[in-house]
Amino acid sequence: MINSSLKELSAALARKKTSAVELATLFLDRIEKLNPSLNAFVTTDREKALAMARVADASGKVGAGDTPLAGIPLAHKDIFMTSGWRTTCGSKMLSNFIAPYDATVVEKFKVAGMVTLGKLNMDEFAMGSSNETSFYGPVKNPWDTARVPGGSSGGSAAAVAARLAPAATGTDTGGSIRQPAALCGLTGLKPTYGVVSRYGMIAFASSLDQGGPMAKSAEDCALLLNTMAGFDPRDSTSLERPAEDYARDLEKPLQGLRIGLPKEFFGEGMDADVRAAVEAALAEYRKLGATMVEVNLPNSGLSVPAYYVIAPAEASSNLSRFDGVRYGHRAPDYADLDDMYSKSRAQGFGEEVKRRILIGTYVLSHGYYDAYYLQAQKIRRLIANDFVAAFKSCDVIMGPTAPSVAFRFGDKSADPVQMYLSDIYTIAVNLAGLPGMSIPCGFGNADMPVGLQIVGPWFGEAKMLNIAHRYQLVTDWHIRQPGGLP
Amino acid sequence: MSWEAVIGLETHAQLRTQSKIFSGAATAFGAEPNRQACAVDIALPGVLPVLNREAVACAIKFGLAVGAAIAPRSIFARKNYFYPDLPKGYQISQFELPVVSGGGLTIRVGEQEKFVHLTRAHLEEDAGKSLHEDFHGKTGIDLNRAGTPLLEIVTEPDMCSSAEAVAYAKALHSLVTWIGICDGNMQEGSFRCDANVSVRRVGAPLGTRREIKNLNSFRFLQAAIDYEIQWQINEIEEGRKIQQATVLWNPDSGETRAMRSKEDAHDYRYFPDPDLLPLEIAPAWIDEVKASLPELPQAMKARLASDHGLSPYDAATLTATRATANYFEDCVAAAGRENAKTCANWVMGELSARLNREDLDFVAVPLAPTLLAGIVRRIADNTLSNKLAREVFDALWAGEGKDADAVIEARGLKQISDSGAIEALIDAVLAANPKSVEEFRAGKDKAFNALVGQVMKAAGGKANPRQVNDLLRRKLAG
Repeated sequence: MINSSLKELSAALARKKTSAVELATLFLDRIEKLNPSLNAFVTTDREKALAMARVADASGKVGAGDTPLAGIPLAHKDIFMTSGWRTTCGSKMLSNFIAPYDATVVEKFKVAGMVTLGKLNMDEFAMGSSNETSFYGPVKNPWDTARVPGGSSGGSAAAVAARLAPAATGTDTGGSIRQPAALCGLTGLKPTYGVVSRYGMIAFASSLDQGGPMAKSAEDCALLLNTMAGFDPRDSTSLERPAEDYARDLEKPLQGLRIGLPKEFFGEGMDADVRAAVEAALAEYRKLGATMVEVNLPNSGLSVPAYYVIAPAEASSNLSRFDGVRYGHRAPDYADLDDMYSKSRAQGFGEEVKRRILIGTYVLSHGYYDAYYLQAQKIRRLIANDFVAAFKSCDVIMGPTAPSVAFRFGDKSADPVQMYLSDIYTIAVNLAGLPGMSIPCGFGNADMPVGLQIVGPWFGEAKMLNIAHRYQLVTDWHIRQPGGLP
Repeated sequence: MSWEAVIGLETHAQLRTQSKIFSGAATAFGAEPNRQACAVDIALPGVLPVLNREAVACAIKFGLAVGAAIAPRSIFARKNYFYPDLPKGYQISQFELPVVSGGGLTIRVGEQEKFVHLTRAHLEEDAGKSLHEDFHGKTGIDLNRAGTPLLEIVTEPDMCSSAEAVAYAKALHSLVTWIGICDGNMQEGSFRCDANVSVRRVGAPLGTRREIKNLNSFRFLQAAIDYEIQWQINEIEEGRKIQQATVLWNPDSGETRAMRSKEDAHDYRYFPDPDLLPLEIAPAWIDEVKASLPELPQAMKARLASDHGLSPYDAATLTATRATANYFEDCVAAAGRENAKTCANWVMGELSARLNREDLDFVAVPLAPTLLAGIVRRIADNTLSNKLAREVFDALWAGEGKDADAVIEARGLKQISDSGAIEALIDAVLAANPKSVEEFRAGKDKAFNALVGQVMKAAGGKANPRQVNDLLRRKLAG
């Protein structure tokens, strides 16, 4: 059961082969047993989860056509406000914060009848690529617990990879769904900016943040996205579009598919093992009827510097509300108001968060704004234009998700720039607001998973899921699971 | 060489919307602390702002009323600073691209008219309140006001005296209440001004300005500017330089006091708010708002002057507020256009004085305009003298009688206009006061007035004064 797809779980529930309570219990027991060594969850609450499961079993939603996910458990990245649950965002700042309302995404899954298993560990305020910035300790990669799971949605990736949950929510500001999905051998999708509501998702960089599903397969992701996506009047950047069924094209053959290969994604910087796995996957796609087209993304080299201006700028402002006045950590002793602010924030935030607040404050300062923030916004437009031009000659773009397989704890944490380069292939996608996916495409050094990135044009999710699903029909990378776990 | 002052005003007008500018919480004044602050207003993690279209409609209305340009696309920006009553750590405002730019208002000081140019008007949210009393060394925070929509209206430095500044502030106050976008309640902070003041020798380049913050009455505005002008002149004359600063007016001491200097001015790190899309205003929306605009005070002033032959001063007084104008127009409608001048005199005279005395305004007049019109009609047909009319007015004000005619009937106040009756009264008075008659004939005009008084007294105040005058003169001459 722990390896079943969402469709299989749904069918088992519909045929009464299992119940929501039984499924929740199964996964809660695994969490209890395995989480101490993985640290994927920061909060679990058996009673709350079982109560939700009992409601689902009694609701009539299980097995109903419009609620195919009812009764299936999932877990939320701790960035999503979850009413009645502690919501920490990986920070000491919110270590005692009980969310008083549900994020739109959480609410949608609740209405769909899904059962919340708990809250997942993450880099503090989603700032990190290895989960080492979490106040609650690093998450271990289930494939090798000496290695990082990626970040910032590292808890989500580790939990699904270790089968502690059938699926999880993640968020992606510069690669935070795709990179951990790649490093843990999962399928993860960052939708087009505006497809999934950001209401109740604690903001890191508002113009880049996007929630999305993390699961074992493209098919699972499609089902999850069907529930997650949709216009939300509480989010002004949410897009008002007709609802779509993201699973509608899953089975379509790929004959005639044009895959764009940006030479910028295949240059130096990518490890040989990653290159080999990605090229093998491209060969598989040729067999499925796709043709390869060379495309150019000439400004993609500027994406990391532009990102590290825009994201910290927005973050510096977004994180101002954590001031110790109304909620969150307040220093126990302080001399005056300014002292209360600086002590509360100095104690409540970790190093990486402080670094980004400092960078962001600097680039927005009087006299520097034009040189940094405005310039970065111009680059952002150039990057988006590059993609628009590229999609004139191809349907999707492919390349590596991350330049290397999961690295060891401490390997990059001393050098922020090395860490930032982990997201070199994913960041441009956020800057352009495009949908991006990572799917498992083999194994590299130390038998660690490698991810293939698929980037689509705006609103290309259904097509991308189709492309991923057809590959998963002929490969089994996505159903492999870490050895050494029960 | 003499000095001149250069003054520009920034006014925060609280917009009369039901809910806040970026949340659904109510904006009503006076609720228990923090009872009108929702998740968005207290800036819980994860919340997002959604723009209230009604606030935008108010801004469009204002722009149209002052002849300004309405931006087809304007941007909300974050103004970043830490303060306990600023829950997000930033205020959502407009910076580079405001919704309204240009336009202006005509003001009048004495006989002089002047056009004050507006630089811009932009939408923003208000902050909460820090409460320093009752918390014994701590500070209480009330976030009811947080997120209340404001229109910040900025003038060019066009004014050169406190009188002009006050005239502008009053004209603006009248306009925003006239078009219904602000309740104008200055005590509750719905309309408050910051004044930028500098002085220079006539003809010299602009001096360094100081900004007086948060003036919430016309009296304070006047006094603070007067004080500041004199203070700056003294500083310069004593050889000191003016430093750019933000100052507060202390009404108790009658002085301004520096709050912060330019050196410790905030760097607000403005940038476009990524949570809000650019505000796009289509021409159709502007047309829709235009159709809902009432007749504006300038236009109404001109119309009243030409329709009723009122002086510019009278027309301006009657259009000082929309409530006054409405009252006057309702009164004329009931009294007849031919009596407009009498209506004007009563509205500006007796009624205004009475409202003043009882600390009321035209928004809630206890005396309906149709009732005042009833008095005016009885003055016009000579039933009432002005004196009797005042008695009827007092009675109706006190709630006595259903209309003027009922009071006249009940109190027997009908004016005596019958010549025969008045002549009989005069004859009796002349017979009883031979001394006064003699004095009058000897050339003492005072004696005439005494005789009129006697006749009126004999008539119980009800004789038509003009007839008494005419008939008495004729009798004395004859």
